[in-house]
Amino acid sequence: MRFKDVFSIIGPAMVGPSSSHTAGAARIGRAARQVLGELPLAAEVTFFGSFAATYQGHGTDRAIIGGLLDYATDDHRLPDSLELAAEAGMEISFRQGSGLFPHPNTVRLQLDGREEGSRLTLTGISIGGGNIEIVDIDGFAVKLTGMYPTVLIRHMDYLGVLASVTDVMRSGAFNIGHMSLDRKNRSGSALTVLELDEPATPELLEELAALPAVTSVKLVNLNDSKQAEKGKGNTP
Amino acid sequence: MNFQTLSQLAVLCEERGLGIGALMLEEQSAESGRSAAQEFATMREYYGVMKEAVHRGMNEDTTSRSGLTGLDAQRVGAYNTSAEPCLGGPAGQAMAYALAVSEVNASMGRIIATPTAGSCGIIPGVFLSCQERFGWADDYMVSGLFAAGAIGYVIANNSFVSGAEGGCQAEVGSAIGMAAGALTELRGGTPAQAVHAVGLALKNTLGLICDPVGGLVEIPCIVRNGFGAVTALAAADMALAGVRSVIPSDEVIKVMLEVGSAMPEKHRETAGGGLAQTPTGRRIMQDLRNKKS
Repeated sequence: MRFKDVFSIIGPAMVGPSSSHTAGAARIGRAARQVLGELPLAAEVTFFGSFAATYQGHGTDRAIIGGLLDYATDDHRLPDSLELAAEAGMEISFRQGSGLFPHPNTVRLQLDGREEGSRLTLTGISIGGGNIEIVDIDGFAVKLTGMYPTVLIRHMDYLGVLASVTDVMRSGAFNIGHMSLDRKNRSGSALTVLELDEPATPELLEELAALPAVTSVKLVNLNDSKQAEKGKGNTP
Repeated sequence: MNFQTLSQLAVLCEERGLGIGALMLEEQSAESGRSAAQEFATMREYYGVMKEAVHRGMNEDTTSRSGLTGLDAQRVGAYNTSAEPCLGGPAGQAMAYALAVSEVNASMGRIIATPTAGSCGIIPGVFLSCQERFGWADDYMVSGLFAAGAIGYVIANNSFVSGAEGGCQAEVGSAIGMAAGALTELRGGTPAQAVHAVGLALKNTLGLICDPVGGLVEIPCIVRNGFGAVTALAAADMALAGVRSVIPSDEVIKVMLEVGSAMPEKHRETAGGGLAQTPTGRRIMQDLRNKKS
């Protein structure tokens, strides 16, 4: 079954006009923001395919930037996101990409964070009905749907890292629904993506970050509609 | 879920002595692991968003960013009360409300995708106009949304609900089927009658292409939402009167899959054919491009 429950049919709550070009785009932007872990200082947005052809009419540009501001799909500020991002000091540029791309609705984001060298390149596709897949993070192949709370762990490809990660999950009673690992090369840098049944707690993230060979841990959680509006320390 | 087809859904309802909406709520709660009360509360919030969208579309400026559409809901609303409409009455009201929500969508307002953003006007149009008319409580409407969701769940998993995949028959057609079936139940029809309403409604939208001018969710999407609400009312009436979908509804859903799969790409939300490629459609697209650069 492609569609799992009633809310994949009725919903999401979203700002129009298109579930693929607006809601999906907002979710990709928000996933990128959460992977970066902070409000980007600069964002270079490259649209491909149908996104490139119709992004202004569909507000795909505003949706992506709204996502980078950590807005959910139904946040009433989405239509004004370009102005709000400028006020927050985010530098934005839009490009129309050429060459091969994985899906008719593809966007590539290059983000600069606050710290020296903090940079993220992420490619996302909007597959319809507000559903998305993040397919590439900094050159690592991933399949991140945002349907479930997701933990991203950057680490070195050493023997036993994965075992220590799953140990932490077991002791914290967090069930893993889906898991993938990609590495740049043998003993090189690696990215492990874990989809969980329940949102990870700050304690769990800390415990994972403290493991040897782990360089960073990030949580992507796109299911908390209107979280941004309730003001959980989001800027602006 | 314990059902994959509409006939299984109807049988299950009979076995458990539940309406479609009540059954779907139970199934949803079992699937998600959350309580029925939590799931109901989420849907109730969604109904609130639908109401708000109808209100906004009937009262506020809904001119879209492209400038192509807006305010038609208010035109129809005013005409309904000031003149002697051809349709008028409850159907005219449902039509105006459906246009309203669809216009709010086009102007980047807040809506619920039912099942998609392009078809978001039909269910609120039918639900709110009937609620006002029959004096139904909000919670009763929310149970109706679960019924609509059950029907959409079957259509989506056996065929499709997006214009890009199966043409507008999949998008607006699914919403009409969902609204028709749910309304049949809300009006006291049996699950079997509700299932017939779905088949009756879907038959009338088979073959409808998705041909948005300039690729935007505006022309002809908005008016098709208006028409869709009226069709849903008609299908519910036929089913409540005892009209049956002689071709079983599950078979009609399969036909939609067959027709949509055979549709050329230019008629599946690419703006490569249909209304989008008429001389006027092409001129509008060119104007939009010029505005952009």
